[in-house]
Amino acid sequence: MTTDTDAAGTNSTGANSQDASGAGAPGTAGAGPRRTAAAQRSAPPGKPRRTRRKVVGAAAGLAGIVLLVLLPLLNLSLPGVLPGPTYTPGSLQLLAMCMLMAAAALTYHVLLGVAGLLSFGHALYFGAGVYGLAIILQNLDIPLLPAMGLTLLVVIVLAHVVGSISLRVSGIPFAMVTLAFAQAGSVIVGRNPDGTTGGDEGLSLRTDNLPDFLVGVANTRNLYWLALAVLVAVFIVVTWVQSSRAGHVAAAVRENELRVRVLGLQPYLVKLLIFVVSAVLVSIIGMVFLLLQSGAVPRAISADLTITLLVMVVLGGVGSRWGAVIGGVFYTILDQRLTTLANSDAIDALPDILRIPLSEPLFILGTLFILVVLFLPGGLTGTAQRLARRRKRLRGAGEARTGEDSTAHDRTETSREILEESA
Amino acid sequence: MSTVVLLLFTGLGLGALYFLVAAGLSLIYGLMGVLNFAHGAFLTLGAFAGWEVARRTGSDNWGIFLLSLLVGAAAGAAFAAFTEFVLIRRLYQRHIEQLLITLGLSLAAVALFDGIWGTDPVFIQGPAWFKDTTEILGARIPNDRFVCIIAAVLVLLAMVFFLKNTRYGMIIRAGVENRSMVTALGIDVRKAFTLVFTIGGAAAGLGGVLASHYFGYVSPMLGGSLLIFAFIVTVIGGLGSLTGAAIASVAVAVLQQFANFYLGGTGDFVVVLALALVLLFRPSGLLGRTS
Repeated sequence: MTTDTDAAGTNSTGANSQDASGAGAPGTAGAGPRRTAAAQRSAPPGKPRRTRRKVVGAAAGLAGIVLLVLLPLLNLSLPGVLPGPTYTPGSLQLLAMCMLMAAAALTYHVLLGVAGLLSFGHALYFGAGVYGLAIILQNLDIPLLPAMGLTLLVVIVLAHVVGSISLRVSGIPFAMVTLAFAQAGSVIVGRNPDGTTGGDEGLSLRTDNLPDFLVGVANTRNLYWLALAVLVAVFIVVTWVQSSRAGHVAAAVRENELRVRVLGLQPYLVKLLIFVVSAVLVSIIGMVFLLLQSGAVPRAISADLTITLLVMVVLGGVGSRWGAVIGGVFYTILDQRLTTLANSDAIDALPDILRIPLSEPLFILGTLFILVVLFLPGGLTGTAQRLARRRKRLRGAGEARTGEDSTAHDRTETSREILEESA
Repeated sequence: MSTVVLLLFTGLGLGALYFLVAAGLSLIYGLMGVLNFAHGAFLTLGAFAGWEVARRTGSDNWGIFLLSLLVGAAAGAAFAAFTEFVLIRRLYQRHIEQLLITLGLSLAAVALFDGIWGTDPVFIQGPAWFKDTTEILGARIPNDRFVCIIAAVLVLLAMVFFLKNTRYGMIIRAGVENRSMVTALGIDVRKAFTLVFTIGGAAAGLGGVLASHYFGYVSPMLGGSLLIFAFIVTVIGGLGSLTGAAIASVAVAVLQQFANFYLGGTGDFVVVLALALVLLFRPSGLLGRTS
């Protein structure tokens, strides 16, 4: 009896948290069965405010997208963030990369944040998209879209095979097994069988069968729009998956797999579905990455890429879609800026003990990552939320009182819980 | 016949390296539940420390080689103890966050090694005897293989002795079995945590120096590439089992060598295939406890 009600409670609070963060207002992310009663008590006064917030959030999101769409036509400068004005190919290239990485981080969020699957093999599917499309375009004379379809087919089969084997274990062993499979993929690419993958050199994109508007530096803005479209589409699909039945079951499996099994559901199939969906999405992003970079590089299939995605998700805040997006953009820009900084004269002039660490972007990013895990457990979004709440409490203790119960269980706690449960 | 013997010994030498990494990984995971991604960095640091010793003293005799082994092991142990004491200790029982910390540490450490020693591999000289070969059953086997095998066997024996016959060894074994019970008996299990990390780091550092002689070079990527196979070995052997790690190291490495030779360089895939098969039929590994 208790099993039933508790599981239902978990589901309904799960839905609440998704609504709230989906509208760009992660203020009411309540989760966990013990909070259910409190959340329900405070629900009536909170409801109109939540709908208003939702509308405001949606409007802000729409305005943001419109601004991003118009960006290539504007002449904005963000010194220190972008290498030049927004219409220049260099800036657009970086921005497009941010979009793709944010989208890739979102697909990783589906694994880790929704289903609690800590995969170290996500790069395999990204790389399968990159290399699959590159190899098909190289060797077959077919247009872009059929080539992408063919690549997708390969990825779907691959994800089913690898997923069905590695999901036999869970937690840390799952992480190791996915890593091993991804490593096998990375090794194939490095070995360069019959010259198909180009080995360490990578494979440059053959443009014969590509539409003209996607080729050349002058058309970077088309690629930028494509990347933006991919990000928006992935965000919508991820939101949809998360709020679908499968998404709810996956979240419930994350919380308590045994309970889900007792209810007569099949955790294994749901996890496999989530795994495959995430793999397919990231392979599409990989294909666009190939077009943007106009070449496939071994890094696209290396374990480093998976780790980068994991770092992005954790930096942004585990369990939050916006966190993944923000983490992806933040990491990509920081990486690019730090690389520029490393090659600058100011760094070169420093004594060795400062110059060596500062000229290694990954050293700074790795250290930053450790600090975030140690001191900001909810990532960037969790910290922002905590600061906002503290400010609200300072402004008026009485006013904040009503929402306090449901918001007490904030992003930080959610992140920690998800991490704990995926172990 | 001579090819088989040569492959066997090469595989045993590689298996010895896998074991030196996997032993620490497996013990750490068994006792603390931490998947230590920084283990490769311990190994790389050990390798570079050993190389620095050889480079600075300028000679390549046995004494220097033994000294470099000691220094490598000490460097690995110190790095590991630091990691446990400063970073991991703050997050006990938060396994994924501990994993993330070690991940960040491995990123940062490898980048730092890049900055200090450069990204290109540096070549290393051992005692002259290393370059010779010994003939066994018609196969000419490079001598450094024997050094790796002997070192790994000694480490295995020392670890088994330590775990079976000393007080701290018993605490560690008891902790792997049931940590809360050990704590309930009033034993400070955290000391055992630091100890396990230190031992694992020392083994990895030793493995680093040996690996640099086995492969003939040191590079910042050395640890990462061995670490992945060590992960596979620990899963196949059964997480937390030292004997399992030893058996799986040898099996994986020998299999890898034979597949590389007879099946046209497919060693790595055969290993992953073996992993898949083990998972399908024995998800807890060869000697792992069934939960």
